[in-house]
Amino acid sequence: MYLKKVIPITFSALLFLGTISSANATDECFEGVSRSVFKFNMAFDDVILEPIAKGYNKLPSPIKKGTSNFTSNISTLLSIPNNILQGNFKELGNSFGSFAINSTVGIFGFLNPAEKLGLKPLKEDVGQTLGSYGIGQGCYYVLPILGPTTIRDSIGMFADTFVDPFAYVTIREKELLSISGNNIDYYSLKGTTAVDFRSDNLTNFESLEKNSIDLYSSMKSVYLQSRENKVGNSDSDQEDWDLDK
Amino acid sequence: MKRLNIFIILILVIFNGAAFSYSSDPKEFVLELVSDAINKLSDKSITNEEKSKYVEEIAKENVDINALGLYTLGELRKSSNKEDINKYQKTFEKYFLKSLTSRLTDYSYSKFEVTMSEQKSSNYTIVNSKIKPEDGNPEIKIDWRIYTKNPDKPLIRDLIVEGLSLARTQKEEFASILSSNNNDINSLISKLEEFLNN
Repeated sequence: MYLKKVIPITFSALLFLGTISSANATDECFEGVSRSVFKFNMAFDDVILEPIAKGYNKLPSPIKKGTSNFTSNISTLLSIPNNILQGNFKELGNSFGSFAINSTVGIFGFLNPAEKLGLKPLKEDVGQTLGSYGIGQGCYYVLPILGPTTIRDSIGMFADTFVDPFAYVTIREKELLSISGNNIDYYSLKGTTAVDFRSDNLTNFESLEKNSIDLYSSMKSVYLQSRENKVGNSDSDQEDWDLDK
Repeated sequence: MKRLNIFIILILVIFNGAAFSYSSDPKEFVLELVSDAINKLSDKSITNEEKSKYVEEIAKENVDINALGLYTLGELRKSSNKEDINKYQKTFEKYFLKSLTSRLTDYSYSKFEVTMSEQKSSNYTIVNSKIKPEDGNPEIKIDWRIYTKNPDKPLIRDLIVEGLSLARTQKEEFASILSSNNNDINSLISKLEEFLNN
């Protein structure tokens, strides 16, 4: 029953992606609307997210570290099916090994003994998997609250909820290995991940905001570069710098 | 007296030159320069004004600001006239120094380590490094794109922080401003001036 739903959605999405794969990611889908949504997101950040992140940052270091480890461990679950879809079995071993060790020895993921054993799994999602198939990003836009995205990454984000085992047991309310949850578990985890990320980047955001002439474009560039790196599993910029060309 | 004056001038010139003269090996160059900068910026006996002046001097000497300005201008550098380019370059240098000073004084670091370097071509070497923020946040990976056309005088052309190129981010920001102003270089110069006056 589940596969009956997933397969048509996946094929429709792939067909749609085939049509947009040639679009350049620097192209805007609807810049005017995106800039307005960006302004709204910045206001939301000022009033809600940033104050929470600042408060979170004041928590004792072991609590912060434990929370960060816990959310990171659960997000590793999404990497497992994506590593299979990408045929990246080395990374699959890393993700699976890291999740298994941290969930048991690491007390439900609050500790990260896997890292000490050299297991540092790369985070993979469906957007990255589609990118690894050679599907282009499509045009760029900004979603309310969720932030910057592209056509490919939006479809990927929706598809994530079908392949992510954590989403399967929470928002899909299914049971997996006798584990089940609900919507609140899913959205609490996503919210905590956002706060954790924001708290790690308080100075970065502030500095970018202060030194940008056009913050919207800076954020767009940062997002697109970050996604390119994630698709290529690389952390180095490959831009050609020949000024004589 | 004349001799003494010349001697003092010579000492000043040599000493001043040596203050910002680093190794010509790209890896050593980055290590020496950043270690020097961390020491200076974390020195509580130095005022913020002195720190800003130091950052400006060190950047003028060791960053290829001219090339960075041209790169961030994108394709427009080929079609603009010389006069506009010169005006842009002058404004860009001021903008770059102000923004660099602000960025560097926003952060405080405690530990810097150069991990490796890779020569990409006769003109470029990428130096990989890691820096540990003082606030306990996770370690940051920084790659330095070093221009080595003159092997005796390496120059920084870009910083790639966790895979994000600062030069590319700047270039794309400028491209957006240009595209919404009919690719008019003077609009970009005005925006830079606006930033400088704020």
